[in-house]
Amino acid sequence: MPRKVLEPRFSVEYLSILDSDGNLDAALEPEISPEQLQTLYRAMLLGRRLDERMVRLQRQGRVGTFAPIKGQEASQMGSVFSLRRTDWMVPSFRETAAMLWRGWPIEKLLLFFAGHLEGGQPAPDQRDLPITIPVATQLPHAVGLAYAAQYRGDDVVVMAFFGDGATSEGDFHEALNFAGVWHVPIVFVCQNNQWAISVPIKKQTHSRTLAQKALAYGLPGIQVDGNDVLAVYAASRDAVEQARAGDGPTLIECVTYRLGVHTTADDPTKYRSEEEVQEWERKDPLTRFAAYLQKKNLLPEGLEQEVDAEIAAAVTRFEAAAAADPLRMFDHVYAEPPPHLVAQREEMRERLRSDNAPPEGEPHPSPPMRGQRSTSRWRN
Amino acid sequence: MAVMTYREALNVALREEMRRDPRVFVIGEEVGLYEGAYKVTQGLLKEFGPQRVVDTPIAESGFTGVGIGAAMVGLRPVVEMMTFNFAMLALDQIVNSAAKMYYMSGGQYNIPIVIRGPGGPAHQLAAQHSQSMEVYFYHVPGLKVVRPSTPMDAKGLLKSAIRDDNPVIFIESETLYAVKGEVPDDPEFIIPLGQAVVRREGTDVTVIAYMGMMYRALEAAEELAKEGISVEIVDPRTLRPMDTETIIGSVRKTHRAVVVEAGAGFAGMGSEISASITECAFDDLDAPIERVTGENAPMPYARNLERAKTPSKEKIVDAVRRVCHAQGS
Repeated sequence: MPRKVLEPRFSVEYLSILDSDGNLDAALEPEISPEQLQTLYRAMLLGRRLDERMVRLQRQGRVGTFAPIKGQEASQMGSVFSLRRTDWMVPSFRETAAMLWRGWPIEKLLLFFAGHLEGGQPAPDQRDLPITIPVATQLPHAVGLAYAAQYRGDDVVVMAFFGDGATSEGDFHEALNFAGVWHVPIVFVCQNNQWAISVPIKKQTHSRTLAQKALAYGLPGIQVDGNDVLAVYAASRDAVEQARAGDGPTLIECVTYRLGVHTTADDPTKYRSEEEVQEWERKDPLTRFAAYLQKKNLLPEGLEQEVDAEIAAAVTRFEAAAAADPLRMFDHVYAEPPPHLVAQREEMRERLRSDNAPPEGEPHPSPPMRGQRSTSRWRN
Repeated sequence: MAVMTYREALNVALREEMRRDPRVFVIGEEVGLYEGAYKVTQGLLKEFGPQRVVDTPIAESGFTGVGIGAAMVGLRPVVEMMTFNFAMLALDQIVNSAAKMYYMSGGQYNIPIVIRGPGGPAHQLAAQHSQSMEVYFYHVPGLKVVRPSTPMDAKGLLKSAIRDDNPVIFIESETLYAVKGEVPDDPEFIIPLGQAVVRREGTDVTVIAYMGMMYRALEAAEELAKEGISVEIVDPRTLRPMDTETIIGSVRKTHRAVVVEAGAGFAGMGSEISASITECAFDDLDAPIERVTGENAPMPYARNLERAKTPSKEKIVDAVRRVCHAQGS
């Protein structure tokens, strides 16, 4: 009865293709057509510019709390770029660039952050889940989508996003465990942006990498330079192909950085140094991808202006939208509204009408006596 | 009409719905090979195979979340909680995802999921295993909550729950699994959600009760009949949406009401039903409404303490006498 090693020491692969200065490891360069490279860059730029605009709109009180993506464009775009339209994307709450790429119109995202219900409504043919706020709870849903694909024999891959903080949540571990046991077609993309609000990654986990957490569930885990869109794309493409071929799930850890605030309600100067931010600004995913494209002569002139004009037009359309209708809060509580909701909706409709109507009649009618009270109020 | 146990009625409901609709599948701990901790899924693995009768790792949040994801794309999962006490581990998935996804997606993704299993007082299952869990769920807009008291209801309501396009919390009871009753054979027999039933007609007082408490109320009614008090018993069956109309209708007839619940009372179903009666039928009442609830303590393990904690027939009898201003015999 010896004491022996059951598992050899594991290793976690790290992938980087394009460094901060735009230097390329040509042997690892993924095959992407010039047009696709330009499309990819444009999508990243659109994410960045809209992000900056959204922060300004929030500061002006035109939209509500918003979680900026600045610095994470490569992590998001490199990964979703490997999906087909028929695949599923499951976001957390910091995937604006990925959502735009997946087909959310800009004004719909603006409406979402202004609180309109229709902002969270995917188009009928769109395979995206809505933004979700409780951390990691979307991951079992993603496994459910993948299980449904397996159940029906659909050729579908699911890609699910989450942050470094989410890897401490039970739902993360449960999702990876289920995905491993069932061997479903899913890719888990962790955007490790170093900070869960004010808690740094060192306080989040004692593991050296987040990627290695996959190994406990019998899944491959890979760490990539999350500010290198080519590395993220290469790893995601491989993981998506593997899932599509029926070879099971992968965890990809994108090592990136949140250059901005956690949300517009946060002030990061309270918990992290300016030097740290500057160090990561030198690793900006857009700058290095632009340098790479420049060397290939693929950087189009006037792209920023074009993207800004697209955003401006969407903001104009968004601002023309009517105020949200209070009665719509009852629309999608149940598939068919039960009687008490119909009654509450009617009560609100009456109130809204009388709030707008001038006062009339007797100012203080006598209170009802026994037997005269209304008996139609259902509260359940 | 066949006579079968509550357990068999649930099993038949699952089997019929799985035969009827290939989108229906069962998922949970021990539902396959072991056929359920309480044998509700007996024979299902054999008939439908492991893709549709899914044994999962022990992770309530995980398999509930998986069910929610599968429901978003049109499957109809029936999630078994070994006991509803364990559903607390999945509470975020149920409250923040199942109940809200239809709303948050602007009507794009409804969640036709049933989460079922036993709950409430049983026989010496103690503090973490005997709670009346419905209170945690019926507060939440977007959820439907069912508590079926008889084998016929178990079948008819479970079938409705599976066909429903909303998330349905379906809480059975360990103490009722062996109860026998008549159950229609017709595979198209269903009982719509949101309909209460009058279990016993009476003229002097309305007792509102469900599950084990409904049976206790029936016993109390027998005893009270000997004293000349005629008790009407209303079983809500669905707690949300609640059939307030039937309850109010009965109170308007009897002018007195006693609400019985097995749980600890404070802010419980009794409070809600009492409030509804006060709001809708205050002028019809001849006496204040009485609530008979469990004591406000965790469920003890010892048999005699368990009995003392749970509402008894005697307590129901006393409450009815009080609202009827009767002294008893």
